[in-house]
Amino acid sequence: MTEKREYVLIEHEKPWTYEEDGLKVARGSAWTGPGCHIGCGVLLYTDENGRLVKVEGDPENPFNEGRLCIRCLALPEVTHSTKRLTYPMKRDKALRGKNQFERISWDEALDTIEAKLKEIAEQYGPESVLFMQGTGRDIAAWISRLAWSYGSPNYGFPLSGLACYLPRVSGMYSTTGSFWVCDCSQQFPDRYDNPEYQDPEVMILWGNNPLISNSDGFFGHWVVDLMRRGMKTIVCDPRMTWLGARAEIVLPVRPGTDAALALGMLNVIIGEDLYDHEFVELWCYGFDELAERAKEYPVDKVAEICWVDADRIRTAARLFANAERACVQWGVAVDMTREALPAGQAISALTQITGNIDRPGGMIIPPELIFYGGGFGADLLTPEQTNKRLGMNQYPLLKFGFATFQPDVALRAMETGDPYEIRGLWLQTTNTIACMGADPKRWLAAAKKADFIVCTDLFMTPTIMALADYVLPAATYPERDGLRIGDGPQRGETINKVVQVGECKSDMEINLELGRRLNPEAWPWQDVKEMFTSMIAETGYDFDGLRAVAPAYPRYIYRKHEKGLLRRDGSPGFNTATGRIELWATVYANAGLDPLPYFEEPEPGPGSTPELLDEYPLVLTTGARNWGMFHSEHRNIPRLRSLRPDPLIEVHPDAAEKFGLKDGDWVWVENQLDRAKRRVKLWPALLDARFCSTDHAWWFPEADPEKLYEVFDLNINNNVTWTPGKSGFGSNYKCMLVKLSKVEEGETHD
Amino acid sequence: MAEYGILVDYEWCSGCHSCEVACQMEHGFEPDHFGIKIAELGPWQIAGKKWQHANIPLFSEQCDLCAARTTQGKLPTCVHHCQAACLSYGTLDALAAQLKEKPQQALVALR
Repeated sequence: MTEKREYVLIEHEKPWTYEEDGLKVARGSAWTGPGCHIGCGVLLYTDENGRLVKVEGDPENPFNEGRLCIRCLALPEVTHSTKRLTYPMKRDKALRGKNQFERISWDEALDTIEAKLKEIAEQYGPESVLFMQGTGRDIAAWISRLAWSYGSPNYGFPLSGLACYLPRVSGMYSTTGSFWVCDCSQQFPDRYDNPEYQDPEVMILWGNNPLISNSDGFFGHWVVDLMRRGMKTIVCDPRMTWLGARAEIVLPVRPGTDAALALGMLNVIIGEDLYDHEFVELWCYGFDELAERAKEYPVDKVAEICWVDADRIRTAARLFANAERACVQWGVAVDMTREALPAGQAISALTQITGNIDRPGGMIIPPELIFYGGGFGADLLTPEQTNKRLGMNQYPLLKFGFATFQPDVALRAMETGDPYEIRGLWLQTTNTIACMGADPKRWLAAAKKADFIVCTDLFMTPTIMALADYVLPAATYPERDGLRIGDGPQRGETINKVVQVGECKSDMEINLELGRRLNPEAWPWQDVKEMFTSMIAETGYDFDGLRAVAPAYPRYIYRKHEKGLLRRDGSPGFNTATGRIELWATVYANAGLDPLPYFEEPEPGPGSTPELLDEYPLVLTTGARNWGMFHSEHRNIPRLRSLRPDPLIEVHPDAAEKFGLKDGDWVWVENQLDRAKRRVKLWPALLDARFCSTDHAWWFPEADPEKLYEVFDLNINNNVTWTPGKSGFGSNYKCMLVKLSKVEEGETHD
Repeated sequence: MAEYGILVDYEWCSGCHSCEVACQMEHGFEPDHFGIKIAELGPWQIAGKKWQHANIPLFSEQCDLCAARTTQGKLPTCVHHCQAACLSYGTLDALAAQLKEKPQQALVALR
């Protein structure tokens, strides 16, 4: 299908590549690896030896307007790090965990992997191989196609409860038929100057610090742009952050109680008649039922649950509802609680009943160049194989949208062989035992049962050291061509290869070359550029054509529901069963779930297991990002590591005194499950002395490989269980009860 | 006599370190050398709900105001890459006029 479409382009002063002072400069997009959630416009400078010497932000690119974070600025030291994996390797299965890899050729690696995967498919069925990836990588389309073209329905993430963005995304699709983001003018190439655009008056920053996390296609410093233009903010965060210090109101919510807070705010907005009657009447379904449910959450009760002052909740609700234009920029804290789906539903309802829907400065539906939410090539699977996807029978919501396995069900299959044995693991850029895997020792023990394990990554990791039989070296983004289509509002951009490091290949190249061997009809392309051209055929550009003009913006239209642009039948409304935004969700009711938002105490927690408070008196939240690191990456880049040499736990001075701790002490952070090491950072900006907060995904690349780089000393997910929500979405990664005790000299985890 | 400098709107410096690393990469500095470095002022609670939490970039002797870049018509790399867009480069006269427009700014004469 080739459709003539209209794009809004920007003027470029120069072609996409040019010479400057003896260096070659290439314009393009910064995605990935290393991991990243956004993909800024960059200028890559290479010298006559083919080395990347400098990365600059592209001032012409409207997305970041020349600005750039330190992980891209320091990228030459990542791409050319001497620690990179630069050739394929193998290791005897009996030697897993030993630092005894042997260099092999790509031909040997691909020949053996092809033969082994075909053998497993024949003997046990292709469903017995799981294909897994990490986050923030441009590989979902290709790894899912690799899995499906091989015949396995089991593509996904080794993350309990799929607790990162998928609960929110699936929730939004289930209840509104679309996907929603804050309007920061990012859909317009002329940005804040666009005549149709208006700034939000109020933005809630809920469960994320976007300046550092830059998640889901959202360039965090747009918030600062808007604040300087006069926007007010409400910050929901247990810590007083830099943004909090500049906010109108801070709601220091107890980790894991976000749903209650949102329901309390709904109670105020409905109870005080501050909602948008016209919007609710015309476009929403189930308002009366929602109003009844919100009555169960009076503010005083919510204040007690959330440990937030009741008047502050009321003031925040009024400020938000009374604003002409308001939006919610939310983060992964919403997903990383077990009942994430109703939490996201309650927060979404705040924007819906106030009518902040697809209008300037509200929540907008990001435009799409190509739809990629459902993966790339689901049609390659037979219905028989599709039905074998792990978790689909237990969790009917998995039938909608993202076609991933349910990770908790997958773990049980790895452990028990129920409903079938797992024989092979394909781990592409996921450092599971350092990062997203809960209870990583449990996951590792289950993974070791597989007969055959292939890992692909940029660097050696604890996960590769523990598990890999074959290791394939992946490329950083300056080493590859690629498409940057985007999370959030899509724009057509390309990633442009300017250097080659060792024998590294891009993730897409690896998937194409292996895919072609396993199922040639599904991978008919000569090379990745031909594959990309075929993928973007509907845009009317080929790869080279898009590269020349990028970024290409689809023309944006507000109020699509009024214009009949959201439903296949062309009638006004939203793409749901009722044609309305469903405050009472038909899809949830049909799946046997509560159709209305609700709050359930995280377990364990102060509300559900008060008897544990004597032993574990602190509420810990985890996963706060720091500037120089993307999840488990960048510990081996000295310039970036120097900003955060050690894993830190922020402890309130009053709590530290109680535990006899001082700044810089190494402590065990322990709960009923296990413990992990951290260094104490006394931090008065924790807004309740019972809160503490730590970063995640730590390992020491400088430590002994055969001690797995001390990952089990350092991984805070030692304290997290595999316990998903009722829908299969959500898990308690960010709210647990802990105690702190000093690490004795030389003491290790085991 | 100095003619050029940088105006810092430190009300909005988020502490993202982009200026520091951009400067190090531009000049080939090791990680412990800085042309520009951020000092963190806070956090502490002043009174009631108000908190002091600011970041203030300081300039070292190794700052040459990116002479090689500015002669080509480019911005100093710290100004170019500042994520909060809180740094401005220009003549001291022009920046002094901007300085009067709002509080919580600092003007640094550099060359």
